[in-house]
Amino acid sequence: MIPFFGWLTAILAIGGLYWGFFETPDTLSDQKQYYRIIYIHVGAAWMSMWLYIMMAAWALAGLVFQTRLSFMIASAIAPTGAIATFLALWTGAFWGKTSWGTWWDWDPRMTSELILLFLYMGYMALQSAIDDPRRADRAAALLALVGLVCVPIIFWSINCPNPNECAALHQTSKPGGGNMDPNILIAMLVVALAFWMYAFVAILMRVRNIILERERHTTWVNELNKLLEENK
Amino acid sequence: MKPRQKRIVFAVIAVIAIGIAAKLIIASIDKGSSYFYSPKKVLAGEAPKDQVFRIGGLVKVGSMHRLGKTLTVEFIITDNVSAEVTTHYTGILPDLFKEGQGVVAKGRLGDDGIFKAEEVLAKHDEKYLAPEVKDALEEAHNEATNKKENTQ
Repeated sequence: MIPFFGWLTAILAIGGLYWGFFETPDTLSDQKQYYRIIYIHVGAAWMSMWLYIMMAAWALAGLVFQTRLSFMIASAIAPTGAIATFLALWTGAFWGKTSWGTWWDWDPRMTSELILLFLYMGYMALQSAIDDPRRADRAAALLALVGLVCVPIIFWSINCPNPNECAALHQTSKPGGGNMDPNILIAMLVVALAFWMYAFVAILMRVRNIILERERHTTWVNELNKLLEENK
Repeated sequence: MKPRQKRIVFAVIAVIAIGIAAKLIIASIDKGSSYFYSPKKVLAGEAPKDQVFRIGGLVKVGSMHRLGKTLTVEFIITDNVSAEVTTHYTGILPDLFKEGQGVVAKGRLGDDGIFKAEEVLAKHDEKYLAPEVKDALEEAHNEATNKKENTQ
């Protein structure tokens, strides 16, 4: 599974970025070349929200069904989600500097996305601060669940029904991208898909390590170790 | 109830509570403390006095000019309906700053009714289109509306 998603990531990322850089208009009606950061910015921002929903869902499943694997998946998602959030904020700062004229401002969407980054970091910190893994899992899962409130706020911070009411530096975004050059939209979606495939690779690899680490005292891990030693 | 059923009930309640909390926060963002004030609200005196706040609107076409030989720029921020706020700003304007374009300015309202901006940011629209395409679309739109008016 991991190599499959790895190859998909590479193909989609190269294809999407090629399309984005060479098959799309150089300048827009108001923006210049720098708008092209959209391909990374939007994909990363989508992943940051989607991964948080997934993390909270696995945490909830762990709390309800008390399955250890759910907690392990949730904690494997957190670092990838945090990276996506950071990437969205970082690329957004570059885009903001060139278009709006500032690296950072307390616009509702930027503020709520920053809170999301803190939630990811808080989740990871809480998880590693408690020595007993079962208690750490439950405490961190609860934090993830409460923090879920942030995701709809990020979404609605610029998608509110009355555009005059939700004042933001961000432009409004209409679902379906009716106001977007189809080439830009295609490239953006393909790169977003590449981000998604990358998330699969990173999370699957991380969850494998977490399982091995937590189950290191069981017989099957020891047998696996022996098998590896023999094959050397 | 079995412990497991209890936990499922807990999960359902938790998700509902999160949903309600999100709804309330969004509602309060929509109504209350806005990121910026519209020119209309500023003229109505709803913006804080003697305090830094943000004003958002469009730069009125034909209103931008320099004051004498200074570096100060004067322009009017409008909501394109009725409200207009004259704004002074000394400094470098962002690349996207243009007449007719969206703008967010941070500063104080003077006693003379002129908004003294400390920072001016430009907004860009959600139309990710090449200029020719946008022009063509607008032309088509105008033609369509003209036709409608002619038939009426």
